[in-house]
Amino acid sequence: MRPILLKGHERPLTFLKYNRDGDLLFSCAKDHNPNVWYSHNGDRVGTYRGHNGAVWCCDVSRHTERLITGSADQSANIWDVETGAKLHTFSFESPARAVDFALGDKLCVITTDPFIGNPSEIHVKRVERDSSRQSNESVLVLRGPAGRINRVVWGPLNKTIISGGEDSIVRMWDVDTGKVIKQSDPETGHQKVISSLAKSADGSHFITGSHDKTAKLWDIRTLEVLKTYSTERPVNAAAISPTLDHVVIGGGQEASQVTTSDRRAGKFEAKFFHKIFEEEIGGVKGHFGPINALAFNPDGRSFSSGGEDGYVRVHHFDADYYHIKM
Amino acid sequence: MADVDVEQIPAAPHMLAPDNVAEPRVQVNIDWSQVDLDTIELPEGEDFGILSDDDQEEEEILETNTGFGNIIVVDNLPVVAPEKYEKLEGVIRKIFGQIGVIRERGLWMPREDAGEGRTKGYAFIEYTTPQEAQTAKEQTNGYKLDKSHVFAVNMFDDFEKYMRVPNEWVPPEIKPYTPAENMLAWLTDDRGRDQYVIRFGFDTEVFWNDARLGKPDPVYHRSFWTESFVQWSPLGTYLATIHRQGAAIWGGAQTFNRLTRYIHPQVQLIDFSPGEKFLVTYSSHEPSNPRDTQRVTLNIFDVRSGKVLREFKGSADDFATGGTGGVAGVSWPVFRWAGGREDRYFARIGKNAISVYETETMSLLDKKSLKVDNVMEFMWSPTDPLLSLFVPEGGGGNQPARVSLISIPSREELRQKNLFSVSDCKMYWQSNGEYLAVKVDRYTKTKKSTYTGFELFRVKERDIPIEVLELENKNDKIVAFAWEPKGHRFAIIHGDGPRPDISIYSMRSPTNVGRVTKLATLKAKQANALYWSPLGRFIVFAGLKAYNGQLEFYNVDELESMASGEHFMATDVDWDPTGRFVATSVTSVHQMENGFNIWSFNGKLLYKLARDKFFQFLWRPRPPSLLSAEEEAEITKNLRKYSKKYEVEDAEQSTLIGAQDLEHRRKLIDEWKSWVARWKEVHEEEKPYREDLRDGEPSDDDEDLETEEVEVEEIMKVEEEIISYGFEQVD
Repeated sequence: MRPILLKGHERPLTFLKYNRDGDLLFSCAKDHNPNVWYSHNGDRVGTYRGHNGAVWCCDVSRHTERLITGSADQSANIWDVETGAKLHTFSFESPARAVDFALGDKLCVITTDPFIGNPSEIHVKRVERDSSRQSNESVLVLRGPAGRINRVVWGPLNKTIISGGEDSIVRMWDVDTGKVIKQSDPETGHQKVISSLAKSADGSHFITGSHDKTAKLWDIRTLEVLKTYSTERPVNAAAISPTLDHVVIGGGQEASQVTTSDRRAGKFEAKFFHKIFEEEIGGVKGHFGPINALAFNPDGRSFSSGGEDGYVRVHHFDADYYHIKM
Repeated sequence: MADVDVEQIPAAPHMLAPDNVAEPRVQVNIDWSQVDLDTIELPEGEDFGILSDDDQEEEEILETNTGFGNIIVVDNLPVVAPEKYEKLEGVIRKIFGQIGVIRERGLWMPREDAGEGRTKGYAFIEYTTPQEAQTAKEQTNGYKLDKSHVFAVNMFDDFEKYMRVPNEWVPPEIKPYTPAENMLAWLTDDRGRDQYVIRFGFDTEVFWNDARLGKPDPVYHRSFWTESFVQWSPLGTYLATIHRQGAAIWGGAQTFNRLTRYIHPQVQLIDFSPGEKFLVTYSSHEPSNPRDTQRVTLNIFDVRSGKVLREFKGSADDFATGGTGGVAGVSWPVFRWAGGREDRYFARIGKNAISVYETETMSLLDKKSLKVDNVMEFMWSPTDPLLSLFVPEGGGGNQPARVSLISIPSREELRQKNLFSVSDCKMYWQSNGEYLAVKVDRYTKTKKSTYTGFELFRVKERDIPIEVLELENKNDKIVAFAWEPKGHRFAIIHGDGPRPDISIYSMRSPTNVGRVTKLATLKAKQANALYWSPLGRFIVFAGLKAYNGQLEFYNVDELESMASGEHFMATDVDWDPTGRFVATSVTSVHQMENGFNIWSFNGKLLYKLARDKFFQFLWRPRPPSLLSAEEEAEITKNLRKYSKKYEVEDAEQSTLIGAQDLEHRRKLIDEWKSWVARWKEVHEEEKPYREDLRDGEPSDDDEDLETEEVEVEEIMKVEEEIISYGFEQVD
């Protein structure tokens, strides 16, 4: 498997996202400009210029028309995917982090970090088809968790919002009442910061990665822990294969300690696990910094990883990958 | 229960979830508003009826300033008139003030007539520490002031202690005999597996090493079992744990019941005698005066009874090894045990002497130490009561350094070798006590650098011939040296730079059994440690620390490498006592990768276990085989016949495991399938709503689900073949 190296960012990668067709890959990094690439050959299609801080997260609408990005410049932008024009800016009092479009792309959720006295918040905004009519008003604001909320996604039928962050608890919020309906059990849940959260292709379950060196698979309706995958290093990113029963987990030692040890000490590998048996299948090496972002192509034939080293690696699977016997 | 009304805090209009803010992480199902605290009755007793785990709490000796532990009573003082009182006080203060610091107003001599008349002939002296009082008692008891006044000195506390002894003898209660557990039951495992103990975080766990299952089989698990470390006894009968009050041993195959406790407050180190008869415990205590050296306490216990047989106390200097120019600090073990399972002798090094003790009497052999000027280091032969010792150069280079072999108890010097311009010496005994290798670092003529050579003693041969071995490149640094256990070969890692060479030598040559020959030199290896299999023949070259855990498994009989591997960041390598498996572990010196790997002797990785904060991995040692050498040779000869039986067992076992494994996997898949089915049902129901949310666009993400199922079936098919084979066997 020969990876394609996407060299377009100058700072550590933060997030990767394929569109639904799988032909485009969106990448966010701590430099201020998200990029979009052709996923099959790694050519850069374009750059979205306009943010003035690290971009933490992005999401793309179902028909690849709109892109939403959350940035440390205390704003979340909506872009026209094709032209790269900034359609709207949501401004906040503190850095924006996670963003996610709801089913139907009429709503989006944006989280903001705790910042100078402001607690962390989850905002739900209405997204208008005609961006000239776009309002800044939040439909709903959720507060409560201590510390940053690192990732947020919509539950089935836009009825719930799932969040995970620094307080190591996964919460399920009711969108109608704005209350926490369920939260993870401190015994079976994560013990340390939840760094990533990604839904399965059908939205029935999701995977979380945590600095407690595990990734966990959850039922999106009951918040029941279905599976736990243990590794030897903090997990920064996790993704679920859309076609096979595989999950991929990436991470590594903390960036601040990388220079103090051997190149291989961090084991900056993307590790594949069998989703049902919780057994390790194999690993893909290559990055020379911790892996911060992972995403599967919706066709399940390739995946990409983004590292602290500033590179995105797009891996197309070999034929024998589909015949791995457990 | 403060009655804070959360509702009173005015909620901001956009704040929709105030209820969750104050939600505690751990929820207890108690409605506190319904609880009246006054009605709660605590159970009787200080422990509320909950029995403590420590069933016989030891009464601690108080070391406070106000206790009586630091007071001595001096009897047989002269009875003097009041005018001579001052003089007598001066004399006593002089005698006892030499030993320790007498506290202010700490000397009191009672006098008649309400403190005005003659003295009563005794005195109380209070020191600052109990240790000083103890030394004062030992040193001045029996001190002759003059002919008629011989001091009788006692600890103040002792009076009370002996007063308590009842006058009538009561026959001790005879406890009914309860059969003890078979301590060796673990050796009779029908699959011949070995045990090991691991310690990580606060937990200690014992496992069977099950290579067939490819995973550890748990035996016993306990959190907070020990306060610092665990240690097997040399024959594997006991597992020792360390606690604040002392050490304890645990035994058995599965249960690990506590067998004996050894009281030694603040114990830090322990050491078993090779035959498991005795246990040495060690602790050092900060002195009350920071200028003094540390106080050291050593106890020798009888393992079975838990009784102290001998106690050693003193300052750390008294126990520092390394002779006169010794390095500060105590090197462990202080007492080294003579070889063999009889546990006859143990010895320690002192200044210009080696003290050999007999276990029968727990006292110095022949009541005197072995005088050796400037002795620096000594070692016992692993099998015989034979000491090897090293004395560095003395008299400014006029006296050569020497290595000698001394037989105990005769103290006869069997062999001596003088060595010149020596900078350092290290001794390595072969495990059967047949050979002794002495690594000698010598100064070059310029005295600016050193080079290394070996002196090889053939201890079991007549007159103990010595052979000198020098490497081809004399300037090579020696990184590691190791004897083949029970064999006649040894391996050396030598060379400078990042890729040293490894040479393997034999004490015999094909033509001459009395001559050292080189078997092979392996060039440019990434290794810095040697680990022979306990049975010999196989060796692991390990590159630890700077080499990041490179491993090479080497067959010395065939002189060929069997496999190489890597356990990244590995810090430790341990062979199991049977020489079948190797464990490599990464301990908590590294933050990540903590855990251990188990390899077969020929370098096949069998399984791994990751554990955060991993501290210890210890194989349970086995007692030596009961078979004689001939019987063992017989088995090796007919190995084919024996192995057939086990091969069949292995095959049966693996089909059984295969079936179990398959069963387990099938269960997992079934569970997952039913979960997916349940989810799909709801998902199907929700379809119209989803379409509605998407403005009538049909949702197409159900395809993915079907693909998932097809894959699951494929996996099933492959494994079903194995099961049918398994059933045929049963038929």
